[in-house]
Amino acid sequence: MAKLNQPTTSGRSTSRKRKTGRRSPLATFALIAIGLGLTGGVYAAANATPSASADTASSTQQQVSDGEHLFQANCASCHGMNAVGTAAAPSLIGVGAAAVDFQVGTGRMPMAMDGPQAEEKTPQFTDAQTKELAAYVASLAPGPAIPDAQYLTGNTDAAAGAQLFRINCAMCHNVAGAGGALTEGKFAPPLKGVTPAHIYEAMLTGPQNMPVFNDRNITPEQKSDIISYLTYLEKNPSPGGFALGDLGPVAEGLFLWIFGLGSIVGLAVWITAKSN
Amino acid sequence: MTTETAIAETPRIKRDGFFGQAANYLDERTSISGVVKEFGRKIFPDHWSFLLGEVALYSFIVILLTGTFLTFFFQASMAEVVYNGAWVPLKGIQMSAALDSTLHISFDIRGGLLMRQIHHWAALLFVASIGLHMLRIFFTGAFRKPRELNWVIGFTLFVLAMAEGFTGYSLPDDLLSGNGLRIISGMIEGIPLVGTWINFLLFGGAYPGTAIVGRLYTLHILLLPAFVLAFIALHLVFVVVHKHTQFAGAGRTQQNVVGYPILPVYAGKAGGFFFIVFGVIVLMASLFTINPVWEYGPYDPSPISAGTQPDWYIGFADGMLRLMPPHLETYWFHRTWSWFIIIPLVILVVFIVLVAIYPFIEAWVTGDKREHHILDRPRNAATRTAIGAAGVTFYAAMWAAASGDLIATHFKFSIEGVTHTIQTALIVGPIIAYFVTKRVCIALQKKDRAIALHGYESGRIVRLPGGEFIEVHQPVDEYQRWELVSNEGYAPLVVRPDSRGRITAGTRFRAAMSRWFFEDRLAPLTQTEIEAAQHHGHGDAPAVEGGSH
Ligand code: HEC
Ligand code: HEC
Ligand code: HEM
Repeated sequence: MAKLNQPTTSGRSTSRKRKTGRRSPLATFALIAIGLGLTGGVYAAANATPSASADTASSTQQQVSDGEHLFQANCASCHGMNAVGTAAAPSLIGVGAAAVDFQVGTGRMPMAMDGPQAEEKTPQFTDAQTKELAAYVASLAPGPAIPDAQYLTGNTDAAAGAQLFRINCAMCHNVAGAGGALTEGKFAPPLKGVTPAHIYEAMLTGPQNMPVFNDRNITPEQKSDIISYLTYLEKNPSPGGFALGDLGPVAEGLFLWIFGLGSIVGLAVWITAKSN
Repeated sequence: MTTETAIAETPRIKRDGFFGQAANYLDERTSISGVVKEFGRKIFPDHWSFLLGEVALYSFIVILLTGTFLTFFFQASMAEVVYNGAWVPLKGIQMSAALDSTLHISFDIRGGLLMRQIHHWAALLFVASIGLHMLRIFFTGAFRKPRELNWVIGFTLFVLAMAEGFTGYSLPDDLLSGNGLRIISGMIEGIPLVGTWINFLLFGGAYPGTAIVGRLYTLHILLLPAFVLAFIALHLVFVVVHKHTQFAGAGRTQQNVVGYPILPVYAGKAGGFFFIVFGVIVLMASLFTINPVWEYGPYDPSPISAGTQPDWYIGFADGMLRLMPPHLETYWFHRTWSWFIIIPLVILVVFIVLVAIYPFIEAWVTGDKREHHILDRPRNAATRTAIGAAGVTFYAAMWAAASGDLIATHFKFSIEGVTHTIQTALIVGPIIAYFVTKRVCIALQKKDRAIALHGYESGRIVRLPGGEFIEVHQPVDEYQRWELVSNEGYAPLVVRPDSRGRITAGTRFRAAMSRWFFEDRLAPLTQTEIEAAQHHGHGDAPAVEGGSH
């Protein structure tokens, strides 16, 4: 870790020296603030999940019946009275707690409107309610459970995770996790800001157009490595400066034409106007 | 400092001061003062768009400087090594020495990342400024006789620059650029009969092989820069020989150039401008990541990333491929004919060749053999401007298609919808652009004419003694009128029998093209028309404008 920080500073030091007089105080402050904010956020997220899954592990009868009430009120209209499915939505028998935690926790369910795919929203239910719903659906039939906290630490082998990510995920989510288009208006979302638990659950349950990566396909340890890689990217902003949305050459090209060439043309106009 | 008789008068030059003596020493041995004088007296007119070529030149200098720095540390080898540097998510991963050394430059060499980013941002700027420079030349008609050859040289530079860029960003052997190489290799394989063999030749065997990075490196740092340098030199020699063009204006004729001499005024300004361009590039490079190869990871033929795009200047070619309907393939004579590759290749080549030889096409159509040193205002050459607009639209459609997937995800469209829309735009867009631009140009010409003849509408309504209301027109001054009316007269070619008294089909076609080129053109104003209008103008508002002349 300490070693990593070195290149970051050395890569930039040349540029910083050039402009010390103009930007250092505020920029340094902003950088520290961003850094602190990010680390704090990830720390909080990482801390929140273990306690949450501890709850589910010991899901009580109380939780299941509360979950059933929530389900009848909010989900049954589409998924049917006992989650057996209707013409509007698939059966949830056997999808497991992981699927519910992912779908409800990321705000995808209850689905808001008919679109190419159920989109993320601000979650409608509190964490406790989500776990109750998960407990209810899990009680109907066995299915993938909410992942164990030991896989969600984000500090296992990020390099192995990166390798797995490039092979299994990059074709849809882009190699930098910036997201990508699928057919007919569907898309693989960008992976910034997704909690470790939701990443794990996404692999385990394969929401909508995403394939399922079961434990024989990618072992829990490997899933954990992938999470570590994504966490690493999130915690370490690009050593090269602002990342332009990680969108690669298109963003770079647009930036160059609009701001780079734009400012140079502006300066050229200025320099020629000056003389007249 | 020196005069016509530099040698004879040498003793009179002040000999004190180091620079004086050094200059003298040099001059006595090289007679360089003659060159300096000749070059220094060149006049460079002032208009911002005349600086675009310089932007290209300066970014090339920046590229040369930073590129040389990179060569000290970059290893153009595809030998497999295990990465053990500072970027944690790649630790212990197998990769080629090329990527390993690029990561080393980025994270372990002091200032290395900054250099890489300057090199790459400058490369984007280099090609972009050439592009914009070319558009300026095109729309002002600066490519006309005697500068047709220099247009071809400049366009060759544009193509060389694209090749430099492509070979450059393929060097690090990362996943993104590897995906790009795979596309190129696929395109080459799609060429009928010879494709597979060319591909073998290029990659030294089956794709990807272990030779390509080394070969690209030779191209990138030796051959292509040598060509770029040679063409830049040739290009500039031509600029000096032809003298610079200028916009019409009082005192500016086909025989003179009005502006500042290169020494001392212009050189001073240009030197300053170099640092401005350099500064903007360094600013971008120090604040914004470009080509984060550490995120892309090593190339391996199996993973493909979503949203794989080339650098912007290759985008049009990528876009053309994406626009082709799939499954266009036939099996003839025991061979597969991949039309979805052949057709885009043909379209791209035809497009590039048409742009390269446009000056000759236009000269042939107009039959114009005069020299032109005064630039056209784009509106005064309506057909050319319309053709240019159509070309730009065509290019833009191809370009947009290269980012079709990003357009889809960012604006929540379906990717099929985006592709079909751009396919339509590729065909219909240029036609619409042509007609709209042409009409707009002609309307602007008419407006100019009205202003030249009757002056500006001042918005002041005056009631004449007879009770009539008129709006007072503010006449334009002589200088402005000159700019407004001084467009040269052209006339379409007419069909004439050749020396043997025949009218060939070729002549007829040429005359038809010429009529089309000049159709709807306003004939230039004659001096009598202008004077008549002036007198008329005075009559219009005697009470108000009487004393103004
Ligand atoms: C408006 C209708 C609608 C409502 C309300 C709704 N869902 Fe869904 N749900 C769907 C549809 C449609 C799908 C299938 C989406 C797809 O895969 O494209 C789905 C899929 C799911 C899945 C994923 C199933 C799988 O195979 O992995 C889960 C879990 C789920 N819903 C849970 C819920 C829960 C819990 C609620 C209540 C909080 C809820 N849904 C409310 C329509 C709805
Ligand atoms: C075939 C394409 C595809 C592949 C391969 C794929 N995904 Fe996905 N992924 C999707 C789609 C589509 C969604 C959106 C599903 C939805 O909205 O319900 C998604 C959603 C996700 C989400 C939820 C994002 C969010 O914002 O809530 C995560 C996390 C995720 N994927 C991780 C992965 C990982 C890790 C891998 C590799 C092991 C992977 N995906 C492979 C298509 C894919
Ligand atoms: C018009 C001229 C040139 C263009 C457009 C150009 C463009 C590029 C680009 C886009 C890259 C990829 C950089 C990256 O992001 O990693 C690159 C790499 C490189 N270029 Fe150039 N270049 C040019 C001339 C040169 C010259 C003249 C040299 C050497 C004297 C040079 C040396 C290098 C080296 C060594 C690399 C690989 C190092 C690396 O990728 O970090 N380039 N070039």
